[in-house]
Amino acid sequence: MREEMRRDDRVFVMGEDIGARGGVFLATEGFLQEFGERRVIDTPLAESSIAAIALGAAMHGMRPIAEIEFADFIWPTINQMVGEAARVRYGTNGKMSVPMVLRAPQGGGVRGALYHSQSVEAFFAHTPGLKVVTPATPYDAKGLLKSAIRDEDPVVFLEHKRTYRLVRGYVPDEEYTIPIGRADVKLEGQDLSVVTYGLMLHHCIEAARALESEGISVEVVDLRTVRPIDRETVIESVRKTGKALIVHEDTKAGGIGAEVAGIIGEDAFEYLDGPVTRLAGPEVPPMPFAPTLEAEFMLSTDKISAAIRRLAAY
Amino acid sequence: MIIELPQVGESVTEGVIGVWLKSVGDRIERFDPLVEVVTDKVNMEMPSPVSGTLTAILAAEGETIPMGAPIAEVQADGELPTDAGDTPDSPAAVEPSPDRIGSLLTDVAPVGPTGSGGPISATPPPKPARSDQPRRYSPAVLRLADERGVDLERVQGSGIGGRVTLKDVRSFIEQTIQSPEPSADAPPAHEERAPLSPVRRMIAANMVRSASEIPQAWTLVEVDVTGLVARRQAAREEFQRREGIGITYLPFVIKAVAESLKENPLLNSSWDEDAIVYKRRINIGIAAAAPDGLVVPVVHDADTMSIVGLARKIADLTARARRGQLDLEDVQGGTFTLNNTGALGSVLSQPLVNHPQAAILTTEAIVRRPAVVGEGIAIRSMMNMCMSFDHRIMDGAEASAFINSVKARLEAVGPDTGLY
Repeated sequence: MREEMRRDDRVFVMGEDIGARGGVFLATEGFLQEFGERRVIDTPLAESSIAAIALGAAMHGMRPIAEIEFADFIWPTINQMVGEAARVRYGTNGKMSVPMVLRAPQGGGVRGALYHSQSVEAFFAHTPGLKVVTPATPYDAKGLLKSAIRDEDPVVFLEHKRTYRLVRGYVPDEEYTIPIGRADVKLEGQDLSVVTYGLMLHHCIEAARALESEGISVEVVDLRTVRPIDRETVIESVRKTGKALIVHEDTKAGGIGAEVAGIIGEDAFEYLDGPVTRLAGPEVPPMPFAPTLEAEFMLSTDKISAAIRRLAAY
Repeated sequence: MIIELPQVGESVTEGVIGVWLKSVGDRIERFDPLVEVVTDKVNMEMPSPVSGTLTAILAAEGETIPMGAPIAEVQADGELPTDAGDTPDSPAAVEPSPDRIGSLLTDVAPVGPTGSGGPISATPPPKPARSDQPRRYSPAVLRLADERGVDLERVQGSGIGGRVTLKDVRSFIEQTIQSPEPSADAPPAHEERAPLSPVRRMIAANMVRSASEIPQAWTLVEVDVTGLVARRQAAREEFQRREGIGITYLPFVIKAVAESLKENPLLNSSWDEDAIVYKRRINIGIAAAAPDGLVVPVVHDADTMSIVGLARKIADLTARARRGQLDLEDVQGGTFTLNNTGALGSVLSQPLVNHPQAAILTTEAIVRRPAVVGEGIAIRSMMNMCMSFDHRIMDGAEASAFINSVKARLEAVGPDTGLY
């Protein structure tokens, strides 16, 4: 974000506690000092207005990065994002667009319980006109965030908050971007494709590496963007392996896994050698508070390994 | 429970798995035919020893299995299902790596504003795998099999419940490509590879064994069967009426052979490296064409039977051979083999000894042709008899003594030869 703000003075950040405090996860630490309060704006606790101001600014040529402190508080922005931002390009016959980014940390496994654990990607991914990015690695996060900021259309950028401190990875200093809508084969394999994104990528890779010793060769596809989904990469992988396991932390019904399974069913049916399988969160409204129940709700390397073994043996 | 290939018959050590008559997932009752087993040139249907559900097939069609080896798994009634075989996995070592994926750190305090806690782990109980699936093929398997012309029945499944997986088909293709001369080219379009049936495979193995293990010599005699032809002709109608079956030359030949074997016991023996094993019983095998290949039903104790008795026995055996309904005992214990190649129109043939017997005799077509009788020339019914024999066991003298004994007996058949 800092690089983009230095590069393009239309870019500004706004959100709760992002200025003086540097953001609840310190994503904008030092921004206020470097860019000043005109470009680093602390907002009231009113998410609908954060999204609405960003929307208006974007329609008038600015490139706002609006932060929702936790994705759990994103619901008041639905009207602005789904009802308005997504439709501006179509509604103005292409005359106007909304080059805004709505950033939000999401996901569970952090003892955040009901109001600090939600996964919200599927709600936005359903909406044509929005792009929804779910990076899993530090390298991808930088490249994708730059692309999101430079994109002419609204992008919902969802960072898993557990990856902030759980994942360390290489990030080059130099300038690079990663195109939105392009999946990445993070691990090549022959027997089975695991399609995933976000935090779960890391558990999938851990499981895949452990299962190598059992003779199961797993290909791990990181979607990186859940709208639009990179059909080609998914199909190519499943055509090669014949089996697909889709893994996400979000609950199963109507989730990203359903969409990926649909794509595979449509375009890779003749290549399937096993049931397209989803491993996802349980059909429970919120993340529980009790640590034991939270552990039950969250997927883990063990759960993923077991699912891979089952499908590989099929 | 594990179903094993049972010990069937003496001197049988292995069997070839034929067609599975039940599929994985099928309900089976005790004594239901489970699988065809091909041994010693006969198909038998192996009955299930228990009632239950067939959960896995462990021996694929065409596989040669030693007696006592496991061939299937049945979940017998009242038996608990076996578990899926999931084992708890060991946590992978987490190493910091500079790659772009990054790595998971362990033992970091969770972020977020609401509390903290130790690392979270969960090991869910593995669900038992479903093993009651009927045999079905996935789209990928069907597509690849279709593209590469693979007969899926021949592919052994390694998936859950014995399912044929894509991997199984791929490795099957690799193996079948490698087994002949490895050639970079696809098989030419003007050839077609027909997979071997278990019976064909068994016959091939026996023939190779005969040809490679037994040094075979060959001899031929001409037999004047004019008297035999006349005797049969005379007896024909009466025989059919009284016995309900036709009379052929074969009972006469078997009787002549059986009697000659008694005189020449060396022909009724087998080679056993450090000894010649004389057989006390005279059990004559008769080569016969069956739907899926050659079978050799055996007339046991042929030396104790009359012409009528032999005729009845032959009629019964050949009828069942044609229907493929011979029992194992019908084809076991042969000590000498007779092959009526004349039925195929042949006048001369060179048979392969039916391992481990000592000799095989053929009777060729009966042909009317001029022959010297006394000082004149007459038209006689002539038949060639050919014999291959194990030259380790005997020499030409013994072989000739036997075949001439058979010849003399056949030529002696006349109007007075009894049938009973």
